[in-house]
Amino acid sequence: MSRWSREQMAARVARDIPEGAYVNLGIGLPTKVANYLPMDREILLHSENGLLGMGPAPTPGNEDWELINAGKQPVTLLAGGAYFHHADSFAMMRGGHIDICVLGAYQVSTRGDLANWHTGEPGAIPAVGGAMDLAIGAKQTFVMMELLTRQGESKLVEACSYPLTGLRCVSRIYTDLAVFEVGVNGAKVIEMIDGLNISALNDLTGLNLCKQG
Amino acid sequence: MDKSMTSAAEAVADIKDGASVMLGGFGTAGMPDQLIDALIGQNVGDLVVINNNAGNGETGLAALIKAGRVRKVICSFPRQIDSHHFDAAYHAGKIELELVPQGNLAARIEAAGAGLGAIFTPTGYGTLLADGKETREIDGRSYVLEYPIHADFALIKAHRGDRWGNLVYRKTARNFGPIMAMAAKTTIAQVSEIVPLGSLDPEVVVTPGIFVQRVVAIPQASGALA
Repeated sequence: MSRWSREQMAARVARDIPEGAYVNLGIGLPTKVANYLPMDREILLHSENGLLGMGPAPTPGNEDWELINAGKQPVTLLAGGAYFHHADSFAMMRGGHIDICVLGAYQVSTRGDLANWHTGEPGAIPAVGGAMDLAIGAKQTFVMMELLTRQGESKLVEACSYPLTGLRCVSRIYTDLAVFEVGVNGAKVIEMIDGLNISALNDLTGLNLCKQG
Repeated sequence: MDKSMTSAAEAVADIKDGASVMLGGFGTAGMPDQLIDALIGQNVGDLVVINNNAGNGETGLAALIKAGRVRKVICSFPRQIDSHHFDAAYHAGKIELELVPQGNLAARIEAAGAGLGAIFTPTGYGTLLADGKETREIDGRSYVLEYPIHADFALIKAHRGDRWGNLVYRKTARNFGPIMAMAAKTTIAQVSEIVPLGSLDPEVVVTPGIFVQRVVAIPQASGALA
C-alpha cells in the first residue's frame, strides 16, 4: 500500500479544476496545485492581496517586491491579468465569484466544518489572515491535507476540536490515502489508494464511512 | 488647490500621541516606509495602528513597533517569520492586538469610508472571532454584525499622484491604499512622483483626489523596492 505523495495529491486536485475556473490556492501545500494545472485549460489564479491571473515565480534577478502573492513571495502576472484593492479582492471571495478555493487544514469534520487557523495553544500569537473569508466565500472549498497527524490521529473528524475557521464550508477533501466528499450527509469516500479498503479506512479514522454511489 | 508637501516630516507633523493611524501595505508591498520614518523622527507615541500585518523585518511598521510607539495593532495576520519586533512586544505585554479576518478588515475600513453604520458579514460566523457579537440570519445565511474602522490618519504609498491628490498605484502595492484613503480623516500619500494635473489618465485614476489631503514625492527606484 503506497500513499499518494504531496505531488500526486496536487496533481489529483488539479485534475478536478475545470476550464475557465477562477481559483484561489491557499498558502502551503495547496500552492503545489499550480504546477499541475493542465496546459490546455485556461484557469485563472486569484491571490487575495490583489491580483487575478497570477503567473509563476519570476526568474532569479527579476523579482519585483511590489508584485507578490498572499504568501509574500514574488510572482508574475499573465497577459490579461489584473490588479485591484483589498475590498474588491475579498468581494470576489465573499461574493461567491471565486469558483474553487483549495486550503490546508488541521481538521475537517464530516459535515464540512473547517479548522485551519489556530491550534488554540496558550501563548501562541493568533493570526487569521484571509482564512475565514476564503473558507466560506468560494463556491466550492476543497481541502488538501494528510489524513493522519504524525501521531496517527485522523484529521477528518466527527467534530473539530481546534477552533473553527468556518461552518459547513468544505465540500471535498484530498488526502494521501483517499479523496472524500463531505457535507450535510456526512463523509463519503470517492477514491482510495490501491490496497486500502473501507474497513481499513474506518479503522484509521474511527469513523463510519461509506463509498460514494 | 495644492496638496503637495515639501517633505515627509512636514506631511506627518500634526500626528499626535494617541492617534489612530492606518498604514497601507501587505507585508512590505505598499508600506509607506518614509512617512513612517518621519513619524518615528517626531517622537509621537501611544498610537493605534491599523494594517494587515504587524510589521516585517526592520522597516516600516516593524520599526515603529521597535521604537515603542504603538499601543495597539488592529490586523489580520501578525505572526510571521519576520515579525520579531511585534512578537517581542506582544509577549512582553507592551502591545495590544485586535485580530480581524482580512476580508472583514477590508470591509470595515471600506464601510467607514462609505459612511455606513455597520455591516453584516458571513466571515467569522460561528468562530472565536465572532464571540459575543450580534448575529442575524438573512435569506437563510448567517451573518455577524461588524462596525466600521475609522482613523485619524491614513499613511499610504502610491505610484504617482498630482497636486489635487489623484493617485495611481503600482501592482500589488495597491492593496489597502484606496480604501484607507477613504476611511481616514486625513490621508497622506507618499508617491514616487508628483505629476502635472492632467497627466494621470482620468479613466485609470484609482483614488480620486477628494480622498487624499496631502501628497509627498519620495523618489525611488522602481522594481525591486523592498
